[in-house]
Amino acid sequence: MTFVAPNLIPALPEIFVLIMASLILVADLFLSDRNRYISYILTQLTLLGAAWITISSGSADAVYTFNGMFVGDVMANVLKMMTYLAVAAVLVYSRSYIQLRNLFTGEFFVLVLFAMLGMMVMISASHFLTLYLGLELLSLSLYSLVALQRDSAQATEAAMKYFVLGALASGLLLYGMSMIYGATGSLEIGKVAAAIQQGGANKTVLTFGLVFIVAGLAFKLGVVPFHMWIPDVYQGAPTAVTLFIGSAPKIAAFAFVMRLLAEGLNGLVHDWQGMLMIMAVLSMAIGNLAAIAQTNIKRMLAYSTISHMGFLLLGILSGTLNGYSSSMFYVLAYVLMSLGSFGMIMLLSRRGFEAENLDDFKGLNQRRPWYAFVMLLIMFSMAGVPPTIGFYAKLSVLQAALQAGYLWLVVFAVLMSVIGAFYYLRIIKLMYFDAPLDQAPLASQPDAGMLISLNGLAVLALGILPQPLMALCAYSIQKSLL
Amino acid sequence: MFSGLSLLSLVIWVPIVAGVAVLATGSDRNAGLARVLALIGALAGLVVSLPLYTQFDTLQAGMQFVEISPWIETFRITYHLGVDGISVLFILLTSFTTVLVVIAGWKVIEKRVAQYMAAFLFMSGLMNGVFAALDAVLFYVFWEAMLIPMFLIIGVWGGPNRVYAAVKFFLYTLLGSLLMLVAFIYLYSKVGTFEILDFHRVSLTMTEQILIFFAFFMAFAVKVPMWPVHTWLPDAHVEAPTGGSVVLAAIMLKMGAYGFLRLSLPIVPDASHALSGFMITLSLIAVVYIGLVALVQADMKKLIAYSSISHMGFVTLGTFIFNAYGIEGALVQMISHGFISAALFLCVGVLYDRMHSRMIADYGGVANTMPKFAAFFVLFAMANSGLPATSGFVGEFMVIMGTIKINFWYAFLAAITLIFGASYTLWMVKRVVFGAVANDHVGKLADISSREFLVLGLLAVAVLAMGLYPLPFTEVMHHSVSNLLSHVAQSKL
Repeated sequence: MTFVAPNLIPALPEIFVLIMASLILVADLFLSDRNRYISYILTQLTLLGAAWITISSGSADAVYTFNGMFVGDVMANVLKMMTYLAVAAVLVYSRSYIQLRNLFTGEFFVLVLFAMLGMMVMISASHFLTLYLGLELLSLSLYSLVALQRDSAQATEAAMKYFVLGALASGLLLYGMSMIYGATGSLEIGKVAAAIQQGGANKTVLTFGLVFIVAGLAFKLGVVPFHMWIPDVYQGAPTAVTLFIGSAPKIAAFAFVMRLLAEGLNGLVHDWQGMLMIMAVLSMAIGNLAAIAQTNIKRMLAYSTISHMGFLLLGILSGTLNGYSSSMFYVLAYVLMSLGSFGMIMLLSRRGFEAENLDDFKGLNQRRPWYAFVMLLIMFSMAGVPPTIGFYAKLSVLQAALQAGYLWLVVFAVLMSVIGAFYYLRIIKLMYFDAPLDQAPLASQPDAGMLISLNGLAVLALGILPQPLMALCAYSIQKSLL
Repeated sequence: MFSGLSLLSLVIWVPIVAGVAVLATGSDRNAGLARVLALIGALAGLVVSLPLYTQFDTLQAGMQFVEISPWIETFRITYHLGVDGISVLFILLTSFTTVLVVIAGWKVIEKRVAQYMAAFLFMSGLMNGVFAALDAVLFYVFWEAMLIPMFLIIGVWGGPNRVYAAVKFFLYTLLGSLLMLVAFIYLYSKVGTFEILDFHRVSLTMTEQILIFFAFFMAFAVKVPMWPVHTWLPDAHVEAPTGGSVVLAAIMLKMGAYGFLRLSLPIVPDASHALSGFMITLSLIAVVYIGLVALVQADMKKLIAYSSISHMGFVTLGTFIFNAYGIEGALVQMISHGFISAALFLCVGVLYDRMHSRMIADYGGVANTMPKFAAFFVLFAMANSGLPATSGFVGEFMVIMGTIKINFWYAFLAAITLIFGASYTLWMVKRVVFGAVANDHVGKLADISSREFLVLGLLAVAVLAMGLYPLPFTEVMHHSVSNLLSHVAQSKL
């Protein structure tokens, strides 16, 4: 038996990130607290390097390696680039926040990088085991990130909940994968798809496995009825970690769904469509209704996430390339909005004060008109009001669902988004119509302040000219799934 | 002066860019600069919209000043603008009203001046966009985006109950609009583009037409507003600052009726015919019932708000009787109501700025202390009740003429409201303006300033000109309306 060296080129970004994460882990031991910023800079450089490697090593056609366990294709490259961007933004927004809370440690950066590595592996996986590996790497890093604030009872509780429920979901997923393996005789996504297409596989076992897989996926996406962890974790975790959980992992979760359902189990599309439909309807309803009752903005945004994931499912469940690229656009738009909204919470926080109650936004227009305007754009975008990117995200998933013939679903989604508009409007009301409760000057954070401006303007600019991003999504889905 | 190619873009973008400039002046320390910039922006907006009228070819029925360029190729959405005889006058009305609103808010608004002025400029550009858009998504974008500045205007500068009014206004309109969006997406799935003119040509079954009709109905009836989805309007009007009420009444309400003309009638003609009885009934309820409601109002702004609903009932009535008199009457009525309601709200604003009350009971004998104001107020009240030689008469008369050809009793009911209209308006005027000076506050009132005189004077000229010589208005719309009617007469089944 001869040993053939695998083609490492598609995995170069992952290898680089792994090396750098280990390097930072070691280097950080030798840094005094005063020089901790070196770890921060190294982390940002890692992202930059990974981006450069991804661009220069990426190819237009899918390249499989490690015996078909790993794939580099356009969708993977685009999603990875977006992940780097999101993680870089998370780090910039968090810098001052974690410094003030003694979380500005090497562990934070290393865990973030390992979590990102997990996402990258998920995005590029073409084998159930690789997918699972990436997912666990991501999840374990996130569990520890949530618990990073050791002396906070709330954070620890959130981490426990997240861990127990997450482990359960992973178990479900793994069980489902084993069923599929039993029915098709393979764990490789391409071969599973072929086996299902041929029709020889036992339908009962397949469907049984599918149910477990969908349940696991639903947990990771955070859609009803597997959403229980989201509000608690979002509220309990330090805002910097909430921002992280609420942004980049959504991209990975989207890739995860694409790889499993759209590529691997495409032959069972009629079976999973129904399941996703139920989850989409429930998520949009419960997410939006529960968000109205919240007074904590992190918790409110957690429920809003649930409803957004419901919308995301609308595109996926239409089961067409058009639908997939709409969902991809939706997830990217969502990440952009989520970054801005949690970033804003951190900008308004200061030492010993978390701006996490809705009332902390009161009168923001009088304190900082520009921040209020940025938040206004983000909130209208979340509500799906033009001319912001959120509108086109909704438009594209709605048209995908309607093209697939789900008129009633579209009407339902539209009604739910009116309910959703109510609580987004409430934030605008607090910022613009009310007098400030708190006159403390906002800390000046030039880097995060600059980024939030860019973030808000991106929401608007991509709302006026969404075509490039839409075309990119359509192109990558076309290239990867055809 | 301007090339015909980019005129409509200018009309949309000049106010928006001016709005950005005004916003950039920042805090209230630069309020003076913000006001001047806003006025320049509004005047520039008016100047660029004038050639739309002077260069308009009244003999042509189709779209003019057309601009088209690809925008979102993925869904074949284009940046497609154009106006015909139905829409061109609204653009002029919008630009004109913006100038008035900026002048009217000159002294009155002292808090966050830049944001206030910028909001009106943004709104002006966006509203022009609604009237010029020929692509459904573009139309929708303008239609929705316009809500944002209005929401802020009501909420930030409004009265005591402003939050409730602002949220109600936004959610009410959003619900209707989103159903219209679903209809657009449905039509897109049939046609393959979002071009409104392609939507006009696509054939649809009766079920589809009925469903689409109701989706549009939700969006437009809320905006008009028609009975029974009118309840947001009195709240919004009462709480909004004067400028907000003016724009709301003069232009935003017209968008609903414009939507019926541009979208409902041509896209779903069979459903429109089939449901015309329903629409006429709702219109007559608005005209008669809301007219009676207006009679008992104690708050002047509320009274004018209800009067607006009643007058808009004439517009929807004229729209759904499918003859040239009706539709042209509806259009004339819309323009005229744009002038009159703006003027009445400004008059109430003038009183409110001095007395901080909108209650009729707090006034009496204003004519003794404010003679110039009283003259204007009486003129606009006469116009509102449809006195011949004012613009209010022309539209209502044409609609009644059109209606009488369809059904005598419809026309009879509609004509009765002229009496109601006269009663509630003139009774209000009588109680506010005439009689002995009611109290000390009224005794100390100062007459209108030259700024207020200018604003009301411009509107008075417009109201009289349109009433005495409506031809320049009707000849613009004539060919487009007959084109629309012949299109609607063809079945799509």
